[in-house]
Amino acid sequence: MTPRSPGKLDLDPVTVRKARTLARQVGRPIVRLAQQHTTVSVERATLRLAGLHGADAEGIPWVNRLADAVRGDVGLEHGIALPVWDALLRGEADDLTVLAQKASAGSVRFRVPEGRELVRARAASRKHVGAGVRRLDARRRERDKLVRRWGDPEQKPWIYLIVATGDIYEDIPQAQQAAREGADVIAVIRSTGQSLLDYVPEGATREGFAGTYATQENFRLMRAALDDSSKELGRYVRLTNYASGLCMPEIAALAGMERLDMMLNDSMYGILFRDINPVRTFVDQRFSRQVHARAGIIINTGEDNYLTTADAVEAAHTVTTSQLLNEYFAKEAGLEDWQLGLGHAFEIDPGVPDSFRLELAHALLARELFPRAPLKWMPPTRHMTGDVFRGYLLDGFFNLAGALTGQGILLVGMMTEAVVTPWLSDRDLALQNVRYVMNAAGNLHEDFRPVPGGFIAERARQVLGESIDLLERILAHEGKYGLLEAIADGTFGLMKRPADAGRGLDGVARKAPGYFNPASELLEDRP
Amino acid sequence: MTILRPYGDTTGDGMVQLSFTLPVSAVGSQAKAAEGAAAQLAAKMGIDPAMVVHTRPMGPDFTFFVVYGRVNHLVDTDQVTVVQRDYPLLTPKEVNLALKRTLRRKLVVVGACIGTDAHTVGIDAIMNIKGFAGEKGLEYYGEITVVNLGAQVSVPELVVRAQEERADAVLVSQVVTQRDAHLLNTKEMSAAFREAYPADRRPVLVVGGPRFDEGAAADLGVDRVFSRGTTPGEVASYLTHRITSARTSRAAQKAGV
Repeated sequence: MTPRSPGKLDLDPVTVRKARTLARQVGRPIVRLAQQHTTVSVERATLRLAGLHGADAEGIPWVNRLADAVRGDVGLEHGIALPVWDALLRGEADDLTVLAQKASAGSVRFRVPEGRELVRARAASRKHVGAGVRRLDARRRERDKLVRRWGDPEQKPWIYLIVATGDIYEDIPQAQQAAREGADVIAVIRSTGQSLLDYVPEGATREGFAGTYATQENFRLMRAALDDSSKELGRYVRLTNYASGLCMPEIAALAGMERLDMMLNDSMYGILFRDINPVRTFVDQRFSRQVHARAGIIINTGEDNYLTTADAVEAAHTVTTSQLLNEYFAKEAGLEDWQLGLGHAFEIDPGVPDSFRLELAHALLARELFPRAPLKWMPPTRHMTGDVFRGYLLDGFFNLAGALTGQGILLVGMMTEAVVTPWLSDRDLALQNVRYVMNAAGNLHEDFRPVPGGFIAERARQVLGESIDLLERILAHEGKYGLLEAIADGTFGLMKRPADAGRGLDGVARKAPGYFNPASELLEDRP
Repeated sequence: MTILRPYGDTTGDGMVQLSFTLPVSAVGSQAKAAEGAAAQLAAKMGIDPAMVVHTRPMGPDFTFFVVYGRVNHLVDTDQVTVVQRDYPLLTPKEVNLALKRTLRRKLVVVGACIGTDAHTVGIDAIMNIKGFAGEKGLEYYGEITVVNLGAQVSVPELVVRAQEERADAVLVSQVVTQRDAHLLNTKEMSAAFREAYPADRRPVLVVGGPRFDEGAAADLGVDRVFSRGTTPGEVASYLTHRITSARTSRAAQKAGV
């Protein structure tokens, strides 16, 4: 993204710096907390990087079987790499799959190795997991090469379209058709409820509810199909999925290994909207972001969700606050500016006077606060009433706001939002809407300069000020982890999420002295 | 009896508009045949004459049509059947007053999305203080205690929480559904409540969501079904009517009236 000429809003640099400093102060204790813990999913992701895949007859992945067996014998707190590779070196099995099979049958005992055996187990695990990390590197180089060969989209923003049939073999032709019609990014929505599964399903799947399961094989099939489309169309078509829910570290690893290009990955979404335990989320988040950083994946954060549950004017500053926190957590994990698809949305009630000016103020604030981030611009959903004609107009204004404020990734709005899953014709009409606006007003941002001290500039300043107040309120909490307490007492939305409750808490362990995870070590050690 | 016809720009003109996609090609020489196919469908739907005003090829295999025309069907208002509101619509103040007078404690309402549905927009619109369509949600009512369990709550969990909270009413929302999952989930829920409670103590069961048929309450085993566009005020009024009238009739029985 090219940074825009500084200061359409003339934001005070001291205030902007203060906002970032506060975000860092709020985030830092959470990073320390994440460093002190591990989770079942982080450990399973480590096994996946080492190449363990497949599932037993009941469909439970071998990584779950092996991790559960190790955990039963020696706990999670040492990391599972040492006990696993110690068992392999002891000759319990020839490879990870056989070891997982024997472990689930109960015929292997695990221990934490010491002395020379510890050194050997550490070296062996580093070698195997290192192969997985090198695979992330190789897929990243491959993407770079293909983007050079086929090229990026000609226009900004990139056009992002969703497919979601539940059946990967149905999704593929739909995705290819969407790419032909102009989509630059295809997102395959996951099946409802996958976020709460504590395992990643296996294989190509044809049964999903309102979406398709994220599996390694589905990733591979769709990426191969979009490679064909990229070749046909002469531009690289990107693929998106979701690294969220209880298995986000594993899904991140699979995405990296199968060359997905973008992943939805938000630091607090799972806590607030899925009631996943906060500690589990922050630990899993950090690991998954390290994987994305390494794999060259662009993350999309989920700030739009704040506006679907709260009023988009009153809660505008929660979006900015979350963007600042997401930026801090992302950079700490090694992601670069070009990888930060920070989210926001066009969700102000169209009945509010000056609603479009308010939208422009909010969108421009995000643009100017994060000048080098691509920004993910989400269409109206809350105020789509079923009146498709009015909805089509609202989507046009959404597209115009995106063009005027230089958004990087534009999720195409459907006039049938809240009515049906998008029909073929809905998608075609929606893309005509985008094309018209981009063609007619795509360069209007060159002429668009809000009056200094005017309505838009003042509104942006007000929202930034409110987000600073919110960050200060979070810091004012008494305990060690202000953000955890703020989440517990309902500072974000109306949702109260205490740190000792929520889904997936039993999969969290505090690291023991001597904890070892070759993946974390390799990922921390940035290339 | 009143007979109605659609109104375009003149009384009785019967004009309607319609759009749809057919899996045919309208590219080049096939355009005429595609338009003919669209006109035939419109004619079979009772639109005569049908004007195919817009034909747009979407790729080689599909075509989108917009059709205007005169429909020859009539609407007989006597044959319209709907579930009419059978309770008075009250303001929040009236709801609070009525509950205070009959219950002498707060009304407890537990809400959730059950099954795999993660979409809380419906339940939040009814329960959160923010509300919907300009009306405040149930949280706004001083005499109602609201427990919103959020999304993906299992039926056993919902029953346990309803018992713990001594719920007077349970609201369940189902937004995203496939293969009639909303109907199966609702039946499972109502059966579980009937099993867990004696008949006269069971909380009032209400389901809502865009795919429900308001006439299906008995079939689903619930007390009331609310469909698309329901506002918090309607739900509050219904609950008040239902619970205060049950109280009054029970008290009347006890008094031997």
